[in-house]
Amino acid sequence: MSVGEIRVAINSDQDIVSARQKGRAMASELGFSSGDATLIATAISELARNIVSYARKGQITLKGVHGSSRVGIVVIASDDGPGILDIRQALRDGFSTSGSLGLGLPGVRRLMDEFEIDSQPGRGTIVAVKKWRQ
Amino acid sequence: MPRREGTPTPPDPKRTEEPSELLRELVAHLRQNRTQLREEWVVRITETRLLTAMTKEEIFAEATSVYDSYVEALETEAFEALQAYARNLSERIIPRGVETHEVVGIVLLLRDVLARSLFAKYQNDFKKLNRILDAYEPAANRIANTVAVGFVQERERVIRQQQEAIRELSTPVLQVRERLLILPIIGVIDPQRARQLTEQLLRGIRTNRAKVVVIDITGVAAMDLTVANNLVQTVEASRLLGATVIVTGLSPEIAQTLVTIGVDLGKMNTVGDLQGGIEQAERLLGYKVEKLAEPR
Amino acid sequence: MEVPILKQGAVLIATFQAALSDADLNQLRMGLVQQVVKFRSRAVIVDVTAMDVMDSFASRTLREIAHMIRLRGAETVIVGIQPEVAFAMVQLGLTLEGVATALDLEEGLAYLNEKFKTTS
Ligand SMILES: Nc1ncnc2c1ncn2[C@@H]1O[C@H](COP(=O)(O)OP(=O)(O)O)[C@@H](O)[C@H]1O
Ligand SMILES: [Mg+2]
Repeated sequence: MSVGEIRVAINSDQDIVSARQKGRAMASELGFSSGDATLIATAISELARNIVSYARKGQITLKGVHGSSRVGIVVIASDDGPGILDIRQALRDGFSTSGSLGLGLPGVRRLMDEFEIDSQPGRGTIVAVKKWRQ
Repeated sequence: MPRREGTPTPPDPKRTEEPSELLRELVAHLRQNRTQLREEWVVRITETRLLTAMTKEEIFAEATSVYDSYVEALETEAFEALQAYARNLSERIIPRGVETHEVVGIVLLLRDVLARSLFAKYQNDFKKLNRILDAYEPAANRIANTVAVGFVQERERVIRQQQEAIRELSTPVLQVRERLLILPIIGVIDPQRARQLTEQLLRGIRTNRAKVVVIDITGVAAMDLTVANNLVQTVEASRLLGATVIVTGLSPEIAQTLVTIGVDLGKMNTVGDLQGGIEQAERLLGYKVEKLAEPR
Repeated sequence: MEVPILKQGAVLIATFQAALSDADLNQLRMGLVQQVVKFRSRAVIVDVTAMDVMDSFASRTLREIAHMIRLRGAETVIVGIQPEVAFAMVQLGLTLEGVATALDLEEGLAYLNEKFKTTS
């Protein structure tokens, strides 16, 4: 089985829905349980929404990873937006610069198995997350 | 010596054979002596007290198939068929309690039996014997490896499957009366099991249209922070499905853990013991709870 | 995609058809509040059975809807959250605190009936 790479351009809130639907489909194809596929789709939704809310446009890349003994999915959200001033602060539950819930980034971290973020003010943001099949 | 096109190479004792040629010779030898070598192997298996869970006839039947697949793998240098056979064999013998060392053991025995017959055959041509063994050894080791890995993988799969089944069994979601579920949790909960319990319960709420759930954790000795968090999440997720959760059998230690992670115990519905929890659940469901008369 | 709003007695029922975009959610919020006022409804049921994902934006919108409707004297019940969606929500930290929930439409209506009986 080989699942390639899928890129979804994120330009509006409509794209959030299609990104997470594609993510769910890929997760199912990789053999994730439907419960896990829902967690993955939810994480994609949060990351894509941050792109729309803070960077206006960017993209979500989805790909399967085949390790020696396990299978996983990688979700990469990248944009050339304003970047994040204080990453540690942004990862805290309830922190938001837009007056919303501030649960997106810390929540995505809980939903997925691996979480990496790279962002600098004025240089955009990349969030890469991974989940392994049980 | 230059070779001319079209003419077969004449036998030349000084010429060094290709390893594949040697293997072909080897394979022919093993085919010719199949009956005798297989018999020898089976005797060695029984002597070494391997595969004791199987009858003589069964051992003989399996030995025949393994022998043939073995020779075929040597000949074709393709291991897929052998691999498939190893997996299939493992699937059949694992339930009978055959251990990993036995499977590895019989393959190594076969390797020895065959090596000995090569010693016997080529004892007068020492150089050739060496070359044959050089060709044979790596192939034989790869075969042993293939079979062992196939067995171990199959065994792991079976163990995983059994663990899964035990988990499902060890924590049933019980419907004690209409709209009321009880989840008695016993034993050690790790995050993986906690996740499973939660999913099981949430599905149970939906299929049974439960309105109240009693989670009894009397049988849970300890809870680390992660699992305590999972418990809280289970309570919250159940509410999202419209069900009220009552937690019973909370030990002081676990209560302390919950407070540590910031749970407001006043908001969580806790009742001392399971009986009390069921009574409260029935009240919530609108049943009249009648106390049994005290025995005089 | 529009969210149809049904009127059943004193109750308004909004059914989410599929995955909704933010714009749909915002539209729903406006529509519901207007109709609660117009029909003097006592309660609103939002049926989210068809939602594949409930992220923080959707969750916040639902809470805001419930809040605005409460300010107009009516109650909101969210029904039909799927088990897997509920699991993902609590992982994110979304609990819809302060908003009533029920298993499905039938349960939501039963809950409201019970409530109206005791309060009126
Ligand atoms: N892609 C991004 N570009 C710029 N800033 C971001 C991005 N994603 C997140 N942030 C910042 O991190 C904060 C926390 O994000 P999040 O946890 O998703 O909460 P929320 O979106 O509710 O504010 C945001 O308020 C924003 O300041
Ligand atoms: Mg966000």
